[in-house]
Amino acid sequence: MSPRDWLLDDSPATLTQANLGRAWRMTTALLRNPLAVAGILIVLLLLATALFAPWIAPESPVGQNLRTRLLPPSAEHWMGTDELGRDIFSRVVYGSRITLMIVALVAVISAPLGLIIGAVAGYFGGWVDRVLMGVTDIFLSLPKLILALAFVAALGPGIENAIIAIAITAWPAYARIARAETLTFRNSEYIQAVRLVGGSHARIIFRHVLPLCTSSMIVRVTLDMAGIILTAAGLGFLGLGAQPPLPEWGAMISRGRTFILDQWWVATMPGFAIILVSLGFCFLGDGLRDVLDPKQGSEK
Amino acid sequence: MTIPAISLKDVDISYGDTRVVRDVSFDVALGESFALVGESGSGKSTVLKAIAGLAPEWTGEISVLGKSRGHGMDRAFSENCQMVFQDPYASLHPRKTIDTVLNEPLAIHGIGRRSEKVIEMLAAVGLDRRFRFRFPHQLSGGQRQRVAIARALMLEPRVMLLDEPTSALDVSVQAEILNLLKRLRREQGLTYLMVTHNLPVVSFMCDRMAVMNKGRIVEIAPKTALYDGGFADPYSRELYAASGGNPGAEPDMVAPATKDPA
Repeated sequence: MSPRDWLLDDSPATLTQANLGRAWRMTTALLRNPLAVAGILIVLLLLATALFAPWIAPESPVGQNLRTRLLPPSAEHWMGTDELGRDIFSRVVYGSRITLMIVALVAVISAPLGLIIGAVAGYFGGWVDRVLMGVTDIFLSLPKLILALAFVAALGPGIENAIIAIAITAWPAYARIARAETLTFRNSEYIQAVRLVGGSHARIIFRHVLPLCTSSMIVRVTLDMAGIILTAAGLGFLGLGAQPPLPEWGAMISRGRTFILDQWWVATMPGFAIILVSLGFCFLGDGLRDVLDPKQGSEK
Repeated sequence: MTIPAISLKDVDISYGDTRVVRDVSFDVALGESFALVGESGSGKSTVLKAIAGLAPEWTGEISVLGKSRGHGMDRAFSENCQMVFQDPYASLHPRKTIDTVLNEPLAIHGIGRRSEKVIEMLAAVGLDRRFRFRFPHQLSGGQRQRVAIARALMLEPRVMLLDEPTSALDVSVQAEILNLLKRLRREQGLTYLMVTHNLPVVSFMCDRMAVMNKGRIVEIAPKTALYDGGFADPYSRELYAASGGNPGAEPDMVAPATKDPA
């Protein structure tokens, strides 16, 4: 029996085989979507760049050389140099680490937070729902960047505070989605059946409600990655995110703004990086939505 | 006098401000199979939900196996009384394998030897072992309903509440499930309280029935009333006539296609 047959066996012999089979079906479905594949490649490229930055970058991201300042793109400096003579390509490569860290930390903080708040609100309903959704509404009604600005202003500029600020502004949207999703099945018979066999509320929320919310959450987070990168870049641009000399893409654009008419490459190259990575996450998110849609399983 | 398996006394049930069931009283003896019949909206499923604890807004007295039940959920109750839902497509979690679904009641109640128990139960409800690690979407409606019955039986309850367990299934599959339920009741000495609007099902499965109309029980009649039309209440007679009368005269209607493996 080939590994493929083993994975697609419709009578799996163990739980592991059943789960692997499901994962295999999803992966193949994802790989059939060309845009999703493009997204995966871009995200993998970002991961690889971040991981191997010291080997990829030809120069140090912070080493200055005033004799080579503001050189246009050439064979020696693929993306040119900035006002302190630093190789922009090297800075963009190292900047991928910062971007990846921002995206990962924001996702790790805000997605579970929103998921749990939304699921609890949707599952219990009543006053729990009103209180939790009231708080969510307050956060939602404030513009994201302004709220992040306020947090950074209060906590002080810096990359960690920018991450916390973005995470705090990102969770309400997830809470809303998780709540809406939970409402659609909180009275369903499979949830009632667990209550009937004596399952506690915590068990129902964590074992039964959350797994059904996660797929739409993964999709939403992936699609939001672009927004998170842009918010981080925006904070960097305003000088409230990563501080010099950290090669954060938004901060790099901000520095390049001064020379944008004569030395266009200084601001444009990190801009391209932001666009490419945002696009990659969007493609991946779209592909995941087609695969992870909760109804997809029952249609096949 | 022995303790009745299920006893309802002057039970009123409401959803919010609307009172849907009024003044319902009946007893189901241990080992008996009792049916609640009536048209849609007559409140019969609501009675079942109140007994199960899923419709908490009720007044009166409900007791199962001599213990009166509170308004919330409690574990001791769940070991005695379980429910099978109407729609097998909605009663299984879409992301959980059959094995996980059947293991859960055991895990909640801290019962050991789970793997053996799951295998035994699959055999008891006539499901092959190869279904064990499938997801619900890989099963047919009848197979799903077998899983739902298996889940309800995992805690070895003595009272089963059946909410139209066959109405969402094809006729041939209905017969299989009814035969399965009948066999399980015989083998495990279960007490059934079954909601249905299908009188042939009543004559096949049940000993007595309560006819409900607009939230009230209009009559409690023995199964023999289905053969001779001996209903006292005008509404019951109307219901009897509407279903074609004397459904029990053709018991074969339910009996064929008995592919039940055991």
